[in-house]
Amino acid sequence: MTPEKNFMVSTSPHIWKGKSSRSIMNTVALTLILPAGASIYYFGIRAICIISAAILSSIVTEYAIKKLRGRKFVMDGSALVTGLLLALTLPPTLPIWMVVIGSVFAIAIVKEAFGGLGYNIFNPALGGRAFLSICFAREMSTWSLPTYFSLSTDAITTATPLAMDIADKTAMYKDLLIGNIGGSMGETCAILIIIGGIILISVNIITWHLPICYIGTVALFSFILGEDPVFSVLAGGLMLGAFFMATDYVTSPITNWGKVIFGVGAGIMTVVIRLFGGMPEGVCYSILFMNALTPLIDRYIKPTPYGFQKESAK
Amino acid sequence: MQKVILKKKSATRGIKVPENKLTEHNPIEPLPLPQKVIIPMQQHIGAPCELIVKRGTKVKTGEIIGKAGGFVSAALHATISGEVSGTTKIINHATGHLTDAVIITSDGEDNWVQTEPAGDPENISSQDILNLVSKAGIVGMGGASFPTQVKLMPPEGKNIDTLILNGCECEPYITADHRLMLEQGGKILLGLKLVQKVLNPDSIFIAIEDNKSDAITHLANLICEMGMQDNFKIVPLKSKYPMGGEKTLLTTITGREVPIGGLPLDVGIVVHNVSTVKAIYDAVYEDKPLIERVVTVSGLVNEPKNLLVRFGTPISALIDYCGGMKENANKLILGGPMMGIAHFDLNFPILKGSNSILIEHAAPIIESNCIRCGRCVYACPMHLLPYMYVKYAKTHNYNACQDAYIADCIECGSCSFSCPANIPIVEYIKTAKSELNKKRTRK
Repeated sequence: MTPEKNFMVSTSPHIWKGKSSRSIMNTVALTLILPAGASIYYFGIRAICIISAAILSSIVTEYAIKKLRGRKFVMDGSALVTGLLLALTLPPTLPIWMVVIGSVFAIAIVKEAFGGLGYNIFNPALGGRAFLSICFAREMSTWSLPTYFSLSTDAITTATPLAMDIADKTAMYKDLLIGNIGGSMGETCAILIIIGGIILISVNIITWHLPICYIGTVALFSFILGEDPVFSVLAGGLMLGAFFMATDYVTSPITNWGKVIFGVGAGIMTVVIRLFGGMPEGVCYSILFMNALTPLIDRYIKPTPYGFQKESAK
Repeated sequence: MQKVILKKKSATRGIKVPENKLTEHNPIEPLPLPQKVIIPMQQHIGAPCELIVKRGTKVKTGEIIGKAGGFVSAALHATISGEVSGTTKIINHATGHLTDAVIITSDGEDNWVQTEPAGDPENISSQDILNLVSKAGIVGMGGASFPTQVKLMPPEGKNIDTLILNGCECEPYITADHRLMLEQGGKILLGLKLVQKVLNPDSIFIAIEDNKSDAITHLANLICEMGMQDNFKIVPLKSKYPMGGEKTLLTTITGREVPIGGLPLDVGIVVHNVSTVKAIYDAVYEDKPLIERVVTVSGLVNEPKNLLVRFGTPISALIDYCGGMKENANKLILGGPMMGIAHFDLNFPILKGSNSILIEHAAPIIESNCIRCGRCVYACPMHLLPYMYVKYAKTHNYNACQDAYIADCIECGSCSFSCPANIPIVEYIKTAKSELNKKRTRK
């Protein structure tokens, strides 16, 4: 006879695919190593300090908030991604204490105050960056040219290419692609960010809809307004924003059509801010703006249920 | 031969699940007759059976012990010969309700009840076929256990133009239908011919997933040998879950969509499972009521097997025959891993709808927050928004679930399977559905 056994009961299904939120976050973090590596290559020790400060303070803040709220802290990798992303949007000359303030704000206010992972309305990393650029406007718009591993602290400061008045922008394409320009730490090397994005699309973590529509809209809209489309696409934080920030699951629409709308909307906003706004760069605010519209997009863009007929609608 | 096998088709949605068809090369073995069977009075959708035997009644194999309780109901038969030793109450694993059950103790002889043959099965009238199907207590054996004669009698004004034989078997592990197609293919085709006679459709498709290519070629050869290539066409389908779901299947083959709240016959289609059609063959050609079926025993048993089992046999008998469970087994599933129902009792009987007994090892699942990744939305074969049901069900907002077409959900489990946050989405959906049901009955 079969011995008596206690069986576990649960609802179906009884098997799981095995891809966890944690493994998704870790994959994103792994692909972010590409732009992070580029920033370390270009900005040396300073980049390492900023990245580690941002990641550490994000994780510590998340831990502290979870304890305060009486919830269990799970190392799900989302704080890691937030910290890393935030670091990559910061200028390399930013003092470390400001980096810490940005990370704490990103996790404590933008993410946990809304209920934690899955409930935040705005992208935490971009929220943190927006907070920093409001509080420390001067530090946040001071960029240095790549210093590599030089230990000298007095880097040559420069404007972001977007704010420059360059006669021959085409000459800058190569520098923009490989990142040999002034700018935020991870936003400079476009080619590595594109590779990272392609990896994320090929392992089915993000879909192509949002980044392609976003970048395409920026190129088209800039072209219509008489700007150089290639330059507009490569300069600034667009690549990082399109592939890694806007595609954040929590703050972007669920359906593919929703993602298309998000991408087009963010693209138009970016160009409008860049050309008519007071700031040289509009990626951060345009994504935050579309984040706010995401619940609305999800409300109206829904798949048609199987077998839906007009006359059967209630 | 080429004319029999049509071009391969693929569903627009659907997910890849690990197939784990451990038993696909194991021939069907008859399980030795059990000492005792427990036959619940309700093994189908619809009205329960009316018990017509008493304690002490001597019954023969195939004798009716439960009369169909209405139009949507199916008769029950003694599955072994012996004596009715009592009645008991048993929990219906699907609904959770208590139902009456009859216990028959075997006399060890398996004496069959004598019946007069129904005449030449080749020239039988469709009314006779319907009578025999209803007498034999046949139900849909793919899982839902819907009485078959109801599906063979479309209401007035509904014209059935397409008949689909479902041999997809998209659930992982289960190989019962696969083996049946390989070993009893001829009987299945003759059974299908009987259904054709009753429904008189314009086209007949046999749908088989492409992971069963041996079954596809075997049936194609049989169709040619039997000279039925003008009527029967085989449609190979790309293996995807839930390909065998009635709605997914008929949409993939015909392009039609069943309207919300409707039935396949609303769009002129009837789908039958291969095991059901084989049972129709048995009822008409061999005058055998539905008393046994092929059950796949798989997962963490020492020797996974395909067994021919009489209904009412306790699950423990099957497991013992398969060499017992492995040490780490802690889950008993009736059906496949995607839609099967976990049970706790090894004495639970095999029913008409039990296509598989699966022994699994499961660790408790820890649910985390939804990260809105949208995988459930793109896995859903019914194009619904599973994550919204979870959101609504957590706040007990069941009416919102209803407005979001929760009734359309087929509970296939694709959403939960794909969820990276391990949210048991189907559990929330089932809760919401039953709460809505309660509300409806209260009114």
